[in-house]
Amino acid sequence: MSKLTAAIVGPGNIGTDLMYKLLRSDLIEPRWMIGVDPSSEGLRLATERGLEASHEGVDWLLKQDELPDLIFEATSAYVHREYAPRYQEAGIRAVDLTPASVGPAVIPPVNGEAHVDAWNVNMITCGGQATIPMVAAVSRAAEVSYAEIVASVSSVSAGPGTRANIDEFTRTTSRGVEEIGGAARGKAIIILNPAEPPMIMRDTIFCAIAPDADRDAVVTSILAMEKAVQEYVPGYRLLQEPQIDDPSPATLGQTKVSIFVEVEGAGDFLPPYAGNLDIMTAAATQVGQNIARAALAATTTKGS
Amino acid sequence: MPAENTLARTWADTHGGDLDLRLTDTCLRDGSHHKRHQFTGQEVHDIVEALDSSGIPVIEVAHGDGLGGSSFNYGFSRTPEQELIKIAAETAKQAKIAFLMLPGVGTKDDIRAAQDNGGQICRIATHCTEADTSQQHFALARELGLETVGFLMMSHTQPPEVLAKQARTMVDAGCQCVYVVDSAGALVMEQTADRVSAVFAEISGDATVGFHGHENLGLGVANTIIAARSGATQIDGSVRRFGAGAGNTPLEAFIGVCDKLGWRTGVDFLQIVDASEDVIRPAMPEECRLDRMTLMMGYAGVYSSFLKHAGNAAERYDVSGAKILLEAGRRKLIGGQEDQLIDIALMLRAEADKEDANR
Repeated sequence: MSKLTAAIVGPGNIGTDLMYKLLRSDLIEPRWMIGVDPSSEGLRLATERGLEASHEGVDWLLKQDELPDLIFEATSAYVHREYAPRYQEAGIRAVDLTPASVGPAVIPPVNGEAHVDAWNVNMITCGGQATIPMVAAVSRAAEVSYAEIVASVSSVSAGPGTRANIDEFTRTTSRGVEEIGGAARGKAIIILNPAEPPMIMRDTIFCAIAPDADRDAVVTSILAMEKAVQEYVPGYRLLQEPQIDDPSPATLGQTKVSIFVEVEGAGDFLPPYAGNLDIMTAAATQVGQNIARAALAATTTKGS
Repeated sequence: MPAENTLARTWADTHGGDLDLRLTDTCLRDGSHHKRHQFTGQEVHDIVEALDSSGIPVIEVAHGDGLGGSSFNYGFSRTPEQELIKIAAETAKQAKIAFLMLPGVGTKDDIRAAQDNGGQICRIATHCTEADTSQQHFALARELGLETVGFLMMSHTQPPEVLAKQARTMVDAGCQCVYVVDSAGALVMEQTADRVSAVFAEISGDATVGFHGHENLGLGVANTIIAARSGATQIDGSVRRFGAGAGNTPLEAFIGVCDKLGWRTGVDFLQIVDASEDVIRPAMPEECRLDRMTLMMGYAGVYSSFLKHAGNAAERYDVSGAKILLEAGRRKLIGGQEDQLIDIALMLRAEADKEDANR
């Protein structure tokens, strides 16, 4: 079976970790790694693993005779907004790992198959990938009037892009909580914790549901979602049973559901504490493979 | 010895006028924790009026966790903070209204709204190793013509040289005054002096230095005096200690001390003492006290605003609140991680259930 070719743009932590995951894919062949700094560790590792690495940026890539089918963007929201139109002009589909939100957002176990034909899909944020599945799980069983997520990640796993644009994180994530999670109103909070040894990513998801909602159905849906995410992020787990608090003034008169999650990474490039990066690259790999499956199926149909 | 010689620098040295120290009262922001974010518009009006007429030059107003803090995680505000900022700005005759925001909790839009409502000083708080998350906010605040202050929270967790470097990052981003913030009330005087001196040495050519204390080991006033002697010219406190944990540096006491030392604050001591008794105290649900829970925070270096949340979780799951705080210290939780207190309470509950079963 043939594969779609891919370029990874941005040889930082995310891009490099993604490379290791794509190298294991049956559907995608990562062939290029693109950066702007010749001394980049990611570019060196890419060369070592047989990719063609360039520090001359996307402009270099777009001048090549052979272009990739897919670009995985792991730079920053600003860079991606600038280049996204040029990818499409060149006939290249983009999986965007920045919070640029150029294309529709995708959370694999919620709407993973929804946008396989889109030119550009957005992976929201690491916090979004870790928490929106749970908001969606609660939404499947009850109406969620408000959902709030708190993502705590180790400082060392938050790169300069996230730090310089932390507002993009909260805005993009809260929008995803609403649009894909299904909450009428969403809020996102991110904390960077510098503790040594680094803490494993932790996320808390709070949902406000109607006082008469079926609590058992909510819990069953949460447990099913844990399994669904574990299929591509084995280190994703509930730390506690979902907690349900009766309505009170402190819960805005709604029943409050609290879900506590830990995300331990696979340790492909970064250590396991960086579950935030792992869930991002694992989700992007899933989405890329869904796109590849659809594209390859279309080609096969045409050919036969 | 002339009094001015006891200060490394005065506010007047850098800004003219006749203040040696410029005070900020934080009871309408830090006190929001103690009040469980239940301030009414009337209370804010009355407190601002009393502080303003006493001569307090800066009054901070916001949700305890800053703009956008109203949430499940930190507690919902009874009155929207932007409304409170507006009331404060309309009430104050001479005082400037400051507001706080934490990158990762609030956003630039909240800063714009606070300015529209009359806020003039934008205070941006990060954990003391994460100053680079504040750059876009300082840039915006300066662009909008706001005065800027940076907060290095939990300053007891890092050595002086790290704080100095982080202070530099904030100043380069547009911050005009960096505060050493003893969020856990865990610093003792020499540690305060070392930290303020290091930040002062790094940024005093470009910006001023401030100090924000808590009372969890009873050292708020003592730490603040030594901070001023080490170069801090902006000083935080809350009248009646009205703040998180065991409360903030009691501003009225510090003002009395300043009078004795000959440091000019521009605040009338008798008036501020009256305000404490007649206006601030009635708005407080209870006095801020040094008790088992708050002492634990100073001792274990725990973020002061965890107090009420640890109390809630202890009650909900019938476990020891003091143990929750100690575990929060052991896990090195930082400001903002209130959600993890519930996880700790559940862990303590599970341990207790296991012990009961084995009995």
